[in-house]
This record gives sequence, C-alpha cells and structure tokens, in this order.
Amino acid sequence: MIPVAFDYKRASSAEEAIALLAEYGDEAKLLAGGHSLLPLMKLRLAAPSVLIDVGRLTDLSYVRDAGDHLAIGALTRHRDVEISDLLQAQQPLLAAAAAEVGDNQVRHRGTIGGSVAHADPASDLPATLLALDATFVAKGPNGERAIPASQFFTGFLESALQPDELLTEIRVPKAPGSGFGFQKFNRRAQDWAIVGCAVTRSASGTGVALVNMGATPLRATAVEQALAGGASAADAAQLADQGTEPSADLNASAEYRRHLARVLVRRALEAAGA
Amino acid sequence: MAGSILGNAVLRLEDPRFLRGAATYIDNLGPEGVLRLDFVRSPFAHAKIRSIDTSEADALDGVVATFTADSLGLAPHQVFVTVHDDFARRPLAVDAVRFVGEPVVAVLAVDRRAAADAVAAVVVDYEPLDAVVDPEAAFEPGAPVLHAGHADNVCFSQLDPYDDGFFADADVVVRGRYLNQRVAVVPMEPNACAAVPGDDGRLTVYLSTQMPHLAHGILAGVLGVPKDRIRIIAPDVGGGFGGKAGLYPEYSVVARAAQLLGRPVTWTESRSDNMVGLAHGRAQVQYVELGCRTDGTFTGLRARIVGDAGAYPGIGAMLPGATRRMSQAVYALPKLSVDLAVAVTSTTPTGAYRGAGRPEAASMVERIVDQAALELGIDPAEIRRRNLLPDDVFPYTTHTGVVYDSGAYGRPLEEALRLAGYDELRAEQAARRAAGNPRLLGIGVSCYVEITAGGAPGEFASVTVDEDGAATVRVGTSGHGQGHPTSFAMIVADRLGIAMDRVRLVQSDTDEVRSGGGTGGSKSLQLGGSAIYRASEALLDKARGLAAHLLECDADDVVLHDDGRLGVAGVPARALGWAELARAAADPALPAGVVDRSDGTTGLAAQLDFVSTGPTFPFGAHVAVVEVDRETGRVVPLRHIAVDDCGTVLNPVLVAGQQHGGVASGIGQALYEEFRYDADGNPLTATLADYALPSAAEFPSFEVASTQTPTPYNPLGAKGIGEAGTIGATPAVQNAVVDALAHLGVRHVDMPLTAETVWRAVRAAESGAPVNPWREPPAIFDRLRAAGGGPDAVSSVEEAEGV
Repeated sequence: MIPVAFDYKRASSAEEAIALLAEYGDEAKLLAGGHSLLPLMKLRLAAPSVLIDVGRLTDLSYVRDAGDHLAIGALTRHRDVEISDLLQAQQPLLAAAAAEVGDNQVRHRGTIGGSVAHADPASDLPATLLALDATFVAKGPNGERAIPASQFFTGFLESALQPDELLTEIRVPKAPGSGFGFQKFNRRAQDWAIVGCAVTRSASGTGVALVNMGATPLRATAVEQALAGGASAADAAQLADQGTEPSADLNASAEYRRHLARVLVRRALEAAGA
Repeated sequence: MAGSILGNAVLRLEDPRFLRGAATYIDNLGPEGVLRLDFVRSPFAHAKIRSIDTSEADALDGVVATFTADSLGLAPHQVFVTVHDDFARRPLAVDAVRFVGEPVVAVLAVDRRAAADAVAAVVVDYEPLDAVVDPEAAFEPGAPVLHAGHADNVCFSQLDPYDDGFFADADVVVRGRYLNQRVAVVPMEPNACAAVPGDDGRLTVYLSTQMPHLAHGILAGVLGVPKDRIRIIAPDVGGGFGGKAGLYPEYSVVARAAQLLGRPVTWTESRSDNMVGLAHGRAQVQYVELGCRTDGTFTGLRARIVGDAGAYPGIGAMLPGATRRMSQAVYALPKLSVDLAVAVTSTTPTGAYRGAGRPEAASMVERIVDQAALELGIDPAEIRRRNLLPDDVFPYTTHTGVVYDSGAYGRPLEEALRLAGYDELRAEQAARRAAGNPRLLGIGVSCYVEITAGGAPGEFASVTVDEDGAATVRVGTSGHGQGHPTSFAMIVADRLGIAMDRVRLVQSDTDEVRSGGGTGGSKSLQLGGSAIYRASEALLDKARGLAAHLLECDADDVVLHDDGRLGVAGVPARALGWAELARAAADPALPAGVVDRSDGTTGLAAQLDFVSTGPTFPFGAHVAVVEVDRETGRVVPLRHIAVDDCGTVLNPVLVAGQQHGGVASGIGQALYEEFRYDADGNPLTATLADYALPSAAEFPSFEVASTQTPTPYNPLGAKGIGEAGTIGATPAVQNAVVDALAHLGVRHVDMPLTAETVWRAVRAAESGAPVNPWREPPAIFDRLRAAGGGPDAVSSVEEAEGV
C-alpha cells in the first residue's frame, strides 16, 4: 500500500531523462503512466530508489506519418492511439488493440511506450506490435538505435532496452485497408487477457501474435506458415499453440490456454478476412 | 390528512452529500497528533511463533511504539459470537498463528509510510506447521489439530433424526454434492478504526461498523472499563454487507494502544489486508439428496453440510445452522433432515456476508430441485409449482421450527416467468439447439424464502420536535448507505405532517442513542422504522393532549391538518404549529401532567422500544438468462428478472436499489468470485486483480419488480430487502448455466462458473462421460451419529441470524 521511500526526478526532455538514467543507473526506474510500476511499488515488489518521471515529455506524444511508416511517440496515451484518425486509416489493428487496454481511466493514463518497455506478455500492445513487425527506437548516452520487435522481448518483463536507454518511438508499417482481428479473452472487462490474439492481414502476408502464451509475446509462426502454404483459417488455427509455453495460474490451466489460443486465432483470422 | 407519502418513489435525501464528496470516513478523521497504526501480519497459515524482535522497527524515525500481545495485555475475544472457549483468540497472536493475515505485532508511527517501514522492519521468527485448508480434510483422523485445547477440528455439529426408511416412499432420489464457495465481502471502504482519548479520561472510538452498540458492549469488557467511559461512533461507513459486525481484534488493539499512549490512534487497512482480515462468507460443501415421486412431488430432503469456520470459529461456525433452519425453503416437504459439521481450518475466519447462511440454503435447495426436474423430465418452473407451499398455510411452522409469517409463493414465480417471457425463451433455446448454434441459451429459475430481522426482535427509537418545529429522530439502527435518512423521514412526515427535509436523523453514536441493534440481517426498516412509526404516534398523542390544553378543547377533537398543524376539528383557524407546541412543551410554566413524561423524555418527545412478533420471511422468484459459448465455456449474463416480495413497499426507489445491488452480489458469486488458497494456506486472491469482483461492465441492466404480501408483525407491513436479491440471484444464474448445457448431459457445475470450469463440464459431457454430481459425504457424519451427537455450542444459531 505504501511504497518504500524514493527520490523523484522530473525530466523536462528526453536528453535530461537519459542523463538522469546515466547518473542513477540501476537504482532508477522510468515513470510514464505509472500503471504497471506503481502497483508493484505499492505492494513493495519493486523498490527503485529514484523515479525519473518522463510522463510530461509531451514532445514524445504524437502519431505521425513518417513517409514509409507511421511513428508513434513513446509517451502517447493508449486513448490517443485508440482514437487516432491516422492509425484507424493506416494501421487499424493497433487502434483496435489500444481500445482493449484496461478501462477508460487506464487508457487515459497509460502510454504505449510504458506498455512496451514493461514487456508484460499478458499486455495487449506488445503482442500487437510484434504481429505488426514494429520497430522500437531507443535513445541512450551513445545515441539512438532501432530494435525490431522480433528482437525486443527477451524474457518475462525483460526487453532489449539497456538500463541507460529511453524508449522514444514506436514505428509501424502503413497498411491501409489491411484486414485485422484482435481477440481478448478475459474474466472481467478490465482484466488482462487470459489469452489474446492479434492478426494483421495484407497483401504481403498475415501476421499472427499471441498474448499470454509464454514468458514473452509470441508470434504464431506455425499458423503464419500454414496460411502462407494455403491452409484454411480453421486448419491453420489448429497450430496456434505450437511453440508456446503457456503458464498455469488462477485464471486458466495451460491446457485451457492452448485450447483458447486455437479458438481465438481462428476467430481473429476470420475477423481479418483470412 | 392527504394521501400518505408511504409507498411513493421518493429520491434519496442523502445522495447529494455523497455525490459531492462530503461524506466522512474514518480515514478522513485526523485529530491533532494522531498516530497511524499498522499490523505485522502472519505470512504463514499455521506456525509457532518462536520470537519477536521489534528493536529495528523501534529505532526507525517516526516510530512511536510497537506492541506485541504481551505488551498490550488484552484479553481474548471473538469478533462476534463465541462458539467455544477452546477457540479463544487474542487480538495479537500469542505462541502460534493460524491463518495468513493474523495480526501479530502492532506498530504506531507518525505517518503511514513510517508505519509501513516499521512493519517491514519487525522480525518474527516462525516455525512453520502443517496447514489445514480443506474443511473436509480437517475432519480426517491425523489432520493437524489447530487449537490444542480442543480434541479435533470440529467446532460445531448438529444432527437431525434420520433412518433408513427416509426415502422409502420416493420413486426417485436425486443426489448432488455442491460447493458454495468461500467469497470475500469487499466493502468499498476497508475496515477502519480510530480511538481518541479525551481530557475527561473517556475514550471515543470511531468504527467502520454496522453495529456500534454491539461493539460498545464487547469493547468495554475487553478494556475492562465501564461502558460509560467509552463512546462509539460510526461515521459514514463505506459498506458492510454483514462483514462489519462485532469487535474485530484490530479495533481492540487500536483502542488499547490509544489508552496506553494517551494519544489518538487511527488505522485504515489496505485492500490487501482487508481481503484477509475481514471475515469471509459462505464456504460450505453440501451433500444433498431429494426424494421425489414420478409426478415431481417431493417426499423428503436430506442434506449433510460441511461448514468452514476458518481459524477462529465465531459467527461463521453458526451460519450453517441458519442454512439448516431454512432448508425447507418454499416447499411442502414431508420430511427434512439436515446434519452439520463445521471445521476449524487455517484460513481467515468466516462470518456474515449478504444473506449469511440463507443464500446457501436457497442455492442448495434450488439446485437439487433443478436436478430433479431434469431427472424427471419436468420443466423447472412446473416442478416448483407442484411443490410450493400453498397460500393458505401461513403462519407456517417448518420442520426446523421456523415460523413463516406470511407468503404467497406462487405470485412472484408467475410474475417473473411472465416478465421473462418464459415460453418464448424456451422456444428460442430449442431453436438454437436445433440449429446447432454454439451460443447456447440457458434459462434459470429460482424461488426463495429467507429470514429478515432474525436475532433480537426489538429496536429503540425516539422522536423529538424541536422548538423550530423540526423533528429529530434517534434510532438504534446504524444505516450505512441503505437510505435510512430518506425512509425514516418519510415515516415521520407520514405520521406527524413534518416535511421530510425538516427531519434530522441521529444514529450510530452511543452517547446520542440509548441502545441499538445496528443494521444487519435486513432488519432496519421493519424494526427501526417501526419503532420510529410507533414513537411518532406516541408523540402525536402527546401533542394532541398539549394542543387540547392550549386550545381549551377536548383532546379527542384535536386533529392533524394537511398543513402539519394540530387544531380543533372543523375549526381551521384554531390550530397550532409544531414549533408553537414544542415551545409550549418546554415552557416551565406548563402544568405537570399536560404532557405525558412517563417514557422519560422532556420537551415534546417520545421514545420507546418496538418489539416485533418475530422475524419476517421475504420471498421471491428470479429468472436468469445466460448465453454460454460452447467452444470456450464463457458465460455471458443476458437478462436477470427479479421479483421480490418484501411485504409492503415503503419506497420503491430504495427497494429497487437493494434489488440491483443484491442481484449483482448474487451473480458475482455464481460466475466470478472465489477466495482461494493454495495447499499451504497461502491466499491466492488477496488483491482485486486476482479476486474477480465483477463491475457494472459485466452485467446487463436488471429487470426488477415486486409483489407485496404484508407481514402482520409490524405496523409498516414491511419485511427486509437488503439480502433477498443476492439469495434469489445466485441459484437462478447457476441453474441457467446448467440449463444451457443440460442437453449435452451436464447435471451440475460448481461455482464460480468460470469459462474453464464450464468448458471442462462441456468437454466431459461431449466425451460421453459427464461428471457425476454426487459422491459420498466425508466419514465425519457417520462418526458424529455413532457418537450420538447433537447441538454443541455456547451460542444459539438464532443469534447469528441478526447480521
């Protein structure tokens, strides 16, 4: 309920945030919307000694047409992703997935960058961005680098971000007119997914990713390959749990998660027009 | 008088205050220099305490004191209801802990953060012992005995007569083992308490409680001081639902710490602490058998019920007794036999939760009735019609000695079926099945009767007319959201012609209100409201005598006019307002005897204790409509029709509010909620992320209606409605889910009906091996019968029914 005492630093620019990260190192945590970090701190499961608040870096809150792709600032709130005309027209899966995050209050606070950096396999956006072959831009003391989504999620709540790096931008391909499907299966409207599935379908192929079927968000590569080989959506969906390692917890056994993955992938593929 | 205001849809007077955030909860109270108290709680379900070291915590900045059981010196006490002295509980644990969350050390600091740091700095050396989580396993020989002073883990048992001929006249006996799972109460405001020592040596204790006077008596005893040295106040209370009755150990620790330190102390628990500290509800395993003739008429019901009292048996040990008492339900039942065995387990102690023993009875009976309907091929509504008690039997004494005051059980059933469009729903269900639609439709019916105003049958009220003509009502109930300021003002307005906004309600303060039973067991309107009604009438009698004296006429000629003035009948000009009468009553020159003072009041006032003939028995019928996704098992509630009969309705707005809230609680148990432990007794659902409390997003808007069958036991004709919706809703929803799957061969699915649970039931049925709902009860029942057992407790079950 009450976190361990910590120092609070508010960054007024990305550069200042990176400098503060360099100064405090492992002791520091970046605070954006706070919807993942603060509950952990209140339960004393996380106890950073310094919080670097990047929540007011409004210059990192944007959705832009960047020519050959769409660029989304890391501090963009879920709600702004959800209602972005640009995304709805050019990358409708991402807008639709953002609309499924938490509840309205959460969507007005939580940020896309915070969700990606937290790397929770049960979150909606990491898997969605994986399906979209997104690119994540990280800034550190040595400059900027772009990390493909396929290399970003390295373990449970672990990512390729270095402790001195700040996630600044998310890049997704333009896909106007693409088919998409997002399936979220949860107990209550506000809950994390027990299992979820994001599907994007365009002329270049079909991307399928799974929420909460392992320690990281996962691509359903067997499904994608079957579809590429001409399998029907129903047949391909039967392979949805291949290569996954779902956990068993309060909400579902591993066996049930595997079953759900097959059902939800089929439904998402059907919604995407596959 | 013009037509009565009673029965009208009057909006709640108190809502603007709540909606504007002007309510006052304990955590808002910040007396000067107040210390924050927090608890070091046991992380083990069962362990010996080897040693406690508070030295590091004591040395922290901002920490003022730490207390262990030894340094606090408090006598053992239960929260509410003592089952047996063997299960004595010290407010802070001594020698051993018996559930995760049991308070061990109290720390006091200048603010919350320092208190939280101190909690983390206390070192308790535990020696873990085997836990006993499953109540059935607790009965087995060789199970760890949790209280060494007691021979085993059986804290309460009761056996009804039963012999081998019990089902001899039955053509069919249907059998089921049903889990009525453990749930958390989850009030919006967690438990809280503040204690403020006064300069006069008195202690004012603020409690987030439903029953301040009950806590008053227990606390005085625990602290060893006369009751007049303690004042209990319940400020606004953010929900109780049965869980906030009695004296929690946390309360006595806060009060004692304030007494010892001579400083104000406050404590509001976190949600995580609330989930393990506040009583849990339900927690029964029911082995039920119903004998039927082939025409669907019942020949007898036998139940063997395992209860789970948790670690320190109190009221929770007695609630299976309330289940037994209501096991005849709404039916003409030639025979009834219910055996009870209640276990001590290394879990949070159980207690009252919205219905407190009665929902368990309704669920048990309504589930086995549906199972019988399925077995016999009779429509669920029809099998109920064939067995309902007829309208002409009331007052009716059941097999368990309960007297149903009034009833017309067929009326809400037929009304609920009509509102639901039952026949059309059945047709749609058949069409979906025929078309192979994977969205299965389920229709569930339940009938129920329940006890309200169980426990002590009386309540205190006084009504005073102040010299400005406004009325002050003092009453021993302790409303906390139910709408008492509105309903009680309506009663005064009706009896005395004083406008509702001129009626002030004083409650929940032991200095201001002489005595009180508090609010619980759906009793407040029928007892507190009736006391106000009678006190208002007594006041009007006094006022007529006073008016007659002042107007120099006969008291029999004085009438209450529509404008709220008292005057001579037929002579409108000769009349006096309430302010004039109150001033006259207070005039020292008024001759003795003009105003009757025999009830101990002064001025223009009356006070009395209303005593009801007995508890009342609301009833009703619910129809639930659900959709089940055959592929995933997900259940979506589509409609819920509740027709509840709580006697004469005083304010339909308040009744509908209770129906909606009650139905939400009831569906919550059916579909979502379960407090779970692992095998070692670690709670798995101690946060609201894990404990699936539903929100409005999960529900359709409920369709609620009332039938009105007055009770003869009080002048309002009113029965309780606070718990009825919960009692009716749970079995209707569970029956609906089973109904959706019945054609697949499913006969029963235990609650909560989560997607995976339902999916597994479907899968088993589809594979040709539907789960058999029956298995033999544990051996404890045979052992108790062999030992010739009977009731074996200090307290009575009836006492427990007042919450």
